[in-house]
Amino acid sequence: MSMHKRWFACVIGVCLFSGSAGAQSMVDHFGLGQTATANEAAKYFSIPPSGAGLPAGSGTAKAGVLVFANTCAACHGDKLQGNPAAGIGGDRLLGGRGSLVGKTPVKTVESYWPYATTLFDYIKRTMPFSAPGSLRDDEVYSLVAYILSEARIIKPSETMDAKSLPKVQMPNKDGFIPDARPELQLYR
Amino acid sequence: MNSNKKVVYDDKARRMAEQLFLTEQRHIADRLREDCECRDGMFPRRATSSRRSFLFAAGSLVGAAGAATIAHAEALKAPPGAVFYDVPDDPTKVQGRPVVDGSYGTRSQFETEARMRYPTPNENTSWSFTPLGRGVGNITPSGLHFERHHGGIPTIDPAKHNLLIHGMVDRSMTFSMADIKRLPSVTRKHFIECSGNGLTEWNKPTMKTVQGTHGLLSTSEWTGVQFATFARETGLKEDAAWVLAEGADAAVMTRSIPMEKMLKDALIVYGQNGEAIRPEQGYPLRLLLPGYEGNTHIKWLRRLQVSDKPFMTREETAKYTDLLGSGKARIFSLDMEAKSVITFPSGEMKLPGPGFYNITGLAWTGRGRVQSVDVSLDSGRTWYPARLESPPEPMCTVRFSFPWMWDGKSAVLQSRCIDETGYVQPTLEQLIAIRGDSGPFGSIYHLNAIQSWAVSEAGDVTNVHA
Repeated sequence: MSMHKRWFACVIGVCLFSGSAGAQSMVDHFGLGQTATANEAAKYFSIPPSGAGLPAGSGTAKAGVLVFANTCAACHGDKLQGNPAAGIGGDRLLGGRGSLVGKTPVKTVESYWPYATTLFDYIKRTMPFSAPGSLRDDEVYSLVAYILSEARIIKPSETMDAKSLPKVQMPNKDGFIPDARPELQLYR
Repeated sequence: MNSNKKVVYDDKARRMAEQLFLTEQRHIADRLREDCECRDGMFPRRATSSRRSFLFAAGSLVGAAGAATIAHAEALKAPPGAVFYDVPDDPTKVQGRPVVDGSYGTRSQFETEARMRYPTPNENTSWSFTPLGRGVGNITPSGLHFERHHGGIPTIDPAKHNLLIHGMVDRSMTFSMADIKRLPSVTRKHFIECSGNGLTEWNKPTMKTVQGTHGLLSTSEWTGVQFATFARETGLKEDAAWVLAEGADAAVMTRSIPMEKMLKDALIVYGQNGEAIRPEQGYPLRLLLPGYEGNTHIKWLRRLQVSDKPFMTREETAKYTDLLGSGKARIFSLDMEAKSVITFPSGEMKLPGPGFYNITGLAWTGRGRVQSVDVSLDSGRTWYPARLESPPEPMCTVRFSFPWMWDGKSAVLQSRCIDETGYVQPTLEQLIAIRGDSGPFGSIYHLNAIQSWAVSEAGDVTNVHA
């Protein structure tokens, strides 16, 4: 609070009308909004490929088996094959590796996702669908380990945590290129 | 041109396309049942035997007794957004309805256009299409704006909603809705288009109506605060190059946006068409990125995190990327390119006979202003300049029109948009030739090709590839 007051005191250099021209000079700051504390920002997360912001905790594929069966399999299938049924519509998570060139590309975590950190971020952010954001960090690490292990991207024995997860090399990590548009042939 | 099967629909995309087709069939069937027996888009004849006409007539015979049940029955008769009233033979011989103070207002009971929802397996992660075929002017009515939700529509109390800006800033700050509304504001008209608009149309004409082929496009007047104004308040660290935007819905949707775009023209908006933005459009606050693909316009915006690198969220890696024939996928393909479509006459309409018709449609580009629009009546062999109905505005649709004296012979109507950068809206063949130069490609996104509507000698209008 005292920090906020100090800021407020130093930014409120607001001039109103300058007498001669009737023009309003720029304000340094509007004096609106509050300084956010570190605690406020700590309520949120977004995990980039560097792994910055990954929470403490860890998980293994072995622990993930049970979490997956209880919270994920109903929508994503007990073999992680997905479930397009009415009222569900869970994405397929496995398979399709090597299929991206050709007539039947299959885009899954295994075949298409370039970063394992995205998997952690997305599961923690919004899964399970019936109770978004309800999983403990250890459970999220375990699910990530289980999915990556089933996808043969990590060994079943590997532990996923803030250190190991960013080091995982996804099969399609080099599969993305910058947008080439505008396509120059289409200019007049 | 051998363009068949150049675009590969993966399992999910194929299911989407099939379901879309079936949904539109049901939507058309409902409309025919309720509206008129013909497919007459311009001159709807209200057949007396149609269900709606029958109900209207029956309603007018009922007296005051049993008013409650009748009111309920009548509510069912009115289209969405309308209230049913008896229609007098001569409205000058009876008093009209009293002024109802405090009412929000409704549309005419004779106006039936409605959004069409795509039947995803899960209703919370669905989308709906704007009925462009009957639209007029430039603005989409807020209640007909297309939708795309990934975790349903949240209910948010604006008194408890804040925007946090943090990360690579000099000073992390939170702004309440009251704070945000006190900041200097701007009001601008912009379109939003889903990059999946037209996803069914790559290999063959699939959807019947312009609502199905182009309905993931809407235009509103947006009011809010430029991101640059917030950046001035928080300061930015020297290496700040990306901004993550996060929504407060159950999907907690996130996208990374280049700082250059954010400082150029990004808006944090709370107003849509003169009132608060609709819940399904992000109430009380959304990000508006003029000309960028719809998914980036984060709704229910609660947080902006400034960074030196993108976060590589699920949507920007696994979903909204464009897989090419080479097996590589374009990432951060954010611009929506120049596009146009004739909305009248368009698919499933019927012209009653030879004579004058005012061909009209919409043109737009994510790279600035529309420079000009051409119309062809012969599959693109001959092009004529169309009339723009209002001065083009940046990253905004503009309505065009073209006077046509139809001689009753079959014709194929097309429009093409040229934007101020000199980019010419391509044919489907051109687009497929470029993106599929190294084999079939697996991206259904960013289809901005010229649309063709065939008019038969009988006046039937159908979606064709020509």
